[in-house]
Amino acid sequence: MPSARFSLIAVVVLTACAQMGGGSTPGGKTAEGIPLGATGPHPVRALPDKPRFGHAVSEADLAAWNIDVRTSDGQGLPAGQGSVAEGQKVYAAKCVACHGADAKGGAVYGTMVGGIGSFTTNARVLTPGSMYPYAPILFDYIRRSMPMDRPQTLTANEVYALSAYILNLNGLVPADAVMDANSMPKVQMPNRNGFMVDDRPDAKAVRCMTDCK
Amino acid sequence: MAENARRDFLRRTAALTGGVVAGTAATTGAARAAPLAIPPTNQEPGRIIEESAYGVPSKFEAHVKRRRTDVLKNRQNLSDWSMTPLQYQPGIITPNGLVFERHHAGTPDIDPKTHRLVIHGMVKQPLEFSMDDLVRYPSVSRFHFHECSGNGLTDWLKPASTTVQQTHGLLSGVLWTGVLASTLMEEAGVDPKGKWVLFEGADASAHTRSIPLEKVLDDTLIVYAMNGEALRPENGYPVRVVIPGWEGNVSVKWLRRIKVADQPWYFRSETARYTDPMPDGKWRKFSMVMETKSVITSPSGGQQLKGPGFHEIRGLAWSGTGKIRAVDVSADGGKTWREAMLEEPIMDKCLTRFKAAWNWDGTPATLMSRAVDSNGYVQPSVADLRKTRAIVGFVQHHNAIQPWTVSANGEVRNAIGQV
Repeated sequence: MPSARFSLIAVVVLTACAQMGGGSTPGGKTAEGIPLGATGPHPVRALPDKPRFGHAVSEADLAAWNIDVRTSDGQGLPAGQGSVAEGQKVYAAKCVACHGADAKGGAVYGTMVGGIGSFTTNARVLTPGSMYPYAPILFDYIRRSMPMDRPQTLTANEVYALSAYILNLNGLVPADAVMDANSMPKVQMPNRNGFMVDDRPDAKAVRCMTDCK
Repeated sequence: MAENARRDFLRRTAALTGGVVAGTAATTGAARAAPLAIPPTNQEPGRIIEESAYGVPSKFEAHVKRRRTDVLKNRQNLSDWSMTPLQYQPGIITPNGLVFERHHAGTPDIDPKTHRLVIHGMVKQPLEFSMDDLVRYPSVSRFHFHECSGNGLTDWLKPASTTVQQTHGLLSGVLWTGVLASTLMEEAGVDPKGKWVLFEGADASAHTRSIPLEKVLDDTLIVYAMNGEALRPENGYPVRVVIPGWEGNVSVKWLRRIKVADQPWYFRSETARYTDPMPDGKWRKFSMVMETKSVITSPSGGQQLKGPGFHEIRGLAWSGTGKIRAVDVSADGGKTWREAMLEEPIMDKCLTRFKAAWNWDGTPATLMSRAVDSNGYVQPSVADLRKTRAIVGFVQHHNAIQPWTVSANGEVRNAIGQV
């Protein structure tokens, strides 16, 4: 019986490989119009002898890992709050060494302020203020990645405060602003409508062989 | 060799040569100044076989290395990149020590015994996997190219880089081994309303991207091995995602978490970064497919031709949307083109090697290659891309034709944007 079981699994694997290349739809796109490349969607194959090695866990078990924020509406933002003034203090203690005074750029990184309106010019300036379509991106990114030497060590209050400070430096919230799960998604970001769905292929090259150009 | 294949071979070999390959001395009876001596390696034993050891390249190949960019120098080296020396890569596989790197907060050293991968969100049952669990699943091995969306970013309208390592070295070819992502997703049971999938790393950037579920279920791999051995730390050890044909950034390394949702997250890495600037000030989002591209790796920038006569033009072509159907080569800056010979195997979303004989007459020349994929898409020129994309600054997903000029004294130079 063990050998019969082994050969059955082997057949399943080969079948799975063979199916991967087939049934492709050139130029397939998702419902939102995101290009997928040559191979289009096809259903998950059922394995007749399915091995199952995953161990059941609960969402509560994953709480410390579950740090993503759906930035378009702030779903996933935690409890807590922080002000511009508090953010200035956290920034001076944990951020200024790399990002410089007033977040205008420092020893390691360029500016995090300005650039709004620069995207049709020769010198685009990419900052949270000019680039982010949604303010909660700041919370998500700072919490998961910053500060670079000690990421995932800031409290939720510190992250809200830093977000408020950076948004204020970009002129997007007033000096008395307080960021929390309710206020942050409501901040109007200038690049809110600055993105378009990928419409490639955008080049129409011709395969000329002689007397070209 | 079948007769058709033989004729085809002769026809293509004749390309760019006028039919006669000259320049090779074929004289007989010419004497050297001194006869060949017995090499010392013939007269003494070599090194012993160690009881156990990991083999390394010859000490005479020490110049073949990854290197950081010479052009866009970062003031720190945690969020940085190193590039593959394509000028020294003779085949379609990049050795593991030369696969390009791009990290956002350094390379972690993760113990596979304690590492865990979880799937949760819009699934019937959240699941946790150890590495021992993952390697037990039915496995798949696939050859795919791997390319950063920013490959070529420094060289758009005028040359900034010298070598093909610097212009195109955010590119590697790898045999990946792992488990189909769909196998794990099916076990967790994706909610029918689930449309997007988050992949998140266990590195200090906790790098993350939103990927359409269709692509995850189509051909996405959860990978633990590359080119016949465990992933290297810098390439995602002990487990990573590989999303074939898409920009490297989406293939999250050091994978710890997969989450299903009904909408994308719009992370920093898919808004403020990894989006494409357009002339009207807008940015293309979720532009993840790497379009069809090719580059001549020999002769290439920084090399020196040793005189007129026979040279084999060699290069690589690849497509994120299928297979390479043909590669054309020009030696006159694009006025005339001949079809190069493609070397088997030619695989989906994989590097394909091309070769063309070239009889250099010693006058200035401009070498270019142009790939055509299985969808009929023709690799564009910089001028073609400029018609729609940012006319200044940088360009992501830059797949334009790369020209190399050869001067009368044999120097090969980058001529991007100049032809």
